Amino acid sequence: MLVSVYRYNPEKDEAPYMQDYEITVPGNKDVMVLDILHMVKEQDPTLAFRRSCREGVCGSDGVSINGKNGLACITPISEPTKGKMDKLVLRPLPGLPVIRDLVIDMSLFYKQYEKIKPYLMNDKPAPAIERLQTPEERAKLDGLYECILCACCSTACPSFWWNPDKFVGPSGLLQAYRFLADSRDTSTADRLAELSDPFSVFRCRGIMNCVNVCPKGLNPTRAIGHIRNMLLNQQV
Amino acid sequence: MVASVTNLGRSGLYDWVIQRLTAVILALYTLFLLGFVIASPDLQFAQWQGLFAQTWMKMFTLVALMSICAHAWVGMWTISTDYLKATAVRFAFQLVCAGFLFVYLVWGIDILWSV
Repeated sequence: MLVSVYRYNPEKDEAPYMQDYEITVPGNKDVMVLDILHMVKEQDPTLAFRRSCREGVCGSDGVSINGKNGLACITPISEPTKGKMDKLVLRPLPGLPVIRDLVIDMSLFYKQYEKIKPYLMNDKPAPAIERLQTPEERAKLDGLYECILCACCSTACPSFWWNPDKFVGPSGLLQAYRFLADSRDTSTADRLAELSDPFSVFRCRGIMNCVNVCPKGLNPTRAIGHIRNMLLNQQV
Repeated sequence: MVASVTNLGRSGLYDWVIQRLTAVILALYTLFLLGFVIASPDLQFAQWQGLFAQTWMKMFTLVALMSICAHAWVGMWTISTDYLKATAVRFAFQLVCAGFLFVYLVWGIDILWSV
């Protein structure tokens, strides 16, 4: 199969370019895109990409696969090629600076994550054992806590492309709602006040690119809707 | 919290609510005018003028006119902060938009109260 990979080494190359590789998949099996990347790396050891757990848990190998963001390790090659397994085009996640080849600089993405204070804040004295939740309160965190911060959603979002320094982005907002919805957190008002400006939340136009690409099947658009409703209830 | 001094209401929520509220007003106004035109097959100038000569219609039109201005400002401001990265260009674009909207509003009021 033909594998076209985005190449850019700022120390050597003046501009990025696409490099083609012919890869023979043993037994014509429906392997994962990450396996293909490893085969390319065997041919050409200068190729740089991130990977770690190779099972969709660490979130390191987010790449644009035939134009759609996804995790290379859990995307079988039949999916982006619609069963034909003929051609793969691999590019770095869009919208963030490229460090080298498929490796991007995720500083802005992490800065937005940091901004929403992704930890429990509780001003009541700590109980002797732990802060308890009812099963119903715990159930509210389902579909929120599973985010692995792979950045597939935020880098698929045009609002994040245009304002990555101001718009928190779908991933950060999903996490923001995870802490707003947590019964053990007491700083809801402060968290909402931080989000009520015209950029942090309200740049979301609800186009749902984030939902379309999330490798974990999460729904950041719905979480953003919940945050908007909380702001409405608080301020209207 | 991201600071901004040129958006309509200083808060994202305010802009968002204004955008939706004005959209409803504009939809109602459009449907009313459409309904009026459909319900009057032999529409003549006198009838059209008679409609706009009534105080309630002047009020309704004024609210629709102000809604268009607010709605357009929120929309154009959003477009300018998305796509225009150079501050001078963005500010100039916002000034032109504000100028146009102001002229439309004053001109509209002038026309409305001359009926």
